[in-house]
Amino acid sequence: MSGRRGQALGVRLFMGAIGLVLAAPLVVIAGVSVNASRTLYFPPQGFSLTWYGEILRDAGWSGALANSLSVALLSASLAVSIALPLTWFLWRWRVRWAGLLYTLGVAPFVLPPVISALGFLAFWATLGLYGDYLTVVFSHAIFFVTLPVVTLSIGFQSIDRQLVEAATVAGATPAQVLRSVVLPLLRPYIVCGFAFAFVLSLNEYIVAYMVAGFTVETLPIKIFNALRYGYTPVMAAIAVAFVAVALLVFGAIGRFGDLPRLLGALGADEEKSP
Amino acid sequence: MSAARTPGARQHLPLLYPVGMLTVFFVVPFAIMLAVSFFQRVQGGFYEPVATLANYERFFSLFFANVLGFSLGLSALAAAICVGLGFPFTYFLTRLARRRQVAWLVFLLSVLSLSEVIVGFAWSTLLSRSAGVSNLLVALGLLGEAESWSPGFAALLLGMCYLAFPYTVLLLYPTLARLDRELVEAATTLGASPLRAFVTVVLGVARNAILSGLILAFVFTLGIYLLPQLLGRPEHWTLSVMITDQAVFQSNLPFGAAMAIFLMLVSLALIALTLLLGRGRDRSAA
Repeated sequence: MSGRRGQALGVRLFMGAIGLVLAAPLVVIAGVSVNASRTLYFPPQGFSLTWYGEILRDAGWSGALANSLSVALLSASLAVSIALPLTWFLWRWRVRWAGLLYTLGVAPFVLPPVISALGFLAFWATLGLYGDYLTVVFSHAIFFVTLPVVTLSIGFQSIDRQLVEAATVAGATPAQVLRSVVLPLLRPYIVCGFAFAFVLSLNEYIVAYMVAGFTVETLPIKIFNALRYGYTPVMAAIAVAFVAVALLVFGAIGRFGDLPRLLGALGADEEKSP
Repeated sequence: MSAARTPGARQHLPLLYPVGMLTVFFVVPFAIMLAVSFFQRVQGGFYEPVATLANYERFFSLFFANVLGFSLGLSALAAAICVGLGFPFTYFLTRLARRRQVAWLVFLLSVLSLSEVIVGFAWSTLLSRSAGVSNLLVALGLLGEAESWSPGFAALLLGMCYLAFPYTVLLLYPTLARLDRELVEAATTLGASPLRAFVTVVLGVARNAILSGLILAFVFTLGIYLLPQLLGRPEHWTLSVMITDQAVFQSNLPFGAAMAIFLMLVSLALIALTLLLGRGRDRSAA
């Protein structure tokens, strides 16, 4: 009995230690972000929220914030718009080259990002669009299309085909089935795919830097550029804001969606058999 | 029933948009990069389309061979640490109650989504002299005076593991979550100690997942670009740093492309290996 209790304690210590290492850098940046003075010091000396206000007051930081948010919104929407018909087709029809289609949707994110980034750079440079705002949007949409492709594939697999057949037998046209049966069931997975793409696009550095780093400053690029000239507490405040956004978005998915299932804890086949 | 039908030409129309987008913005860029890697660099300009192997030859010089060797070694070490810690961690995670599991997953996803810039900045702060852990050790009387631990090899390795760890856990998660608990219980009932049951049963069943985890962490850390600059010294710069340096700062896109193609071949070979092993597992399971 005491052996088992000791073991449980050991497991807790192990998981706690990993949690501590994962959280430690976040705690420190949260600490330095409320420093009253401009210097990098932890534990914080005094308490001030000036640096959070500075994000909006300073034209450079607020511009970067606007760039990042708009790029993330547009590219995540574009990624979902590409993933939806692709995954729908793979669910609706059985084709021999389904594997190839799926690989095409998954490949951009599986390769080391530096490779995709260089491919984008070569492409936009050849077209003469290098440095344009839209190049970041399109590159991010393609780079992150994998996330909605994966969540939507899981979503389609979870749809009970008998529902679709019942609707068809009752006289619904394929368009009506799609609108009134398939899409409502799919909505949580669409939201998840969008959220994943959105949060990762906000944080993405290398692709954005390669295709338009010198003209379109997103927040990660702005932070890196600022780091070269020394430290300012604004970057700590931004980092905290990023962590908060991620916790909020994924927390919402965990609260309202089925996170373990989305991450593959249950196979589609297991789900259906009661 | 509906899925079994084969579509006609008209039914393929919805594919036009997604496949078109992926072809134009993903396949074509790749083809261009491949072509450029055989082109010749033009001083002050971009490149000219003359077929040459010079970019690949240059890559096999001693300097770049050293960089490649260092990159591969660093990634292999990081992958081993990530899976070595990530495997038991994920196993215990899947054993937790659902609410706590979800909380952990939210936390892991949040860490995973963090930008390399932010992770590098946060760790360099944590390891710095003025705001770092060494202050804590001084306060506890374990250390004489505060020290700076970044930049350095250990700092870089730590940062890389930090970035790859959440990915590794999420890759191992499905396999371990579906693992039949009764298997472990059966082994303990038959007299195996919990540790022995874990090693023989769990490690045996999840062998392929462990291999995929190693490969994922390896390929992923191979692509990390900012951390070597934020947490390492110039001698710790990896192939990814060199690729970007050549493409952006030396304006030598052909050479950068050649290195990227080489890096991609290494990654693809490893991914193909995982897929092959995965297929073997499916067959043995059926």
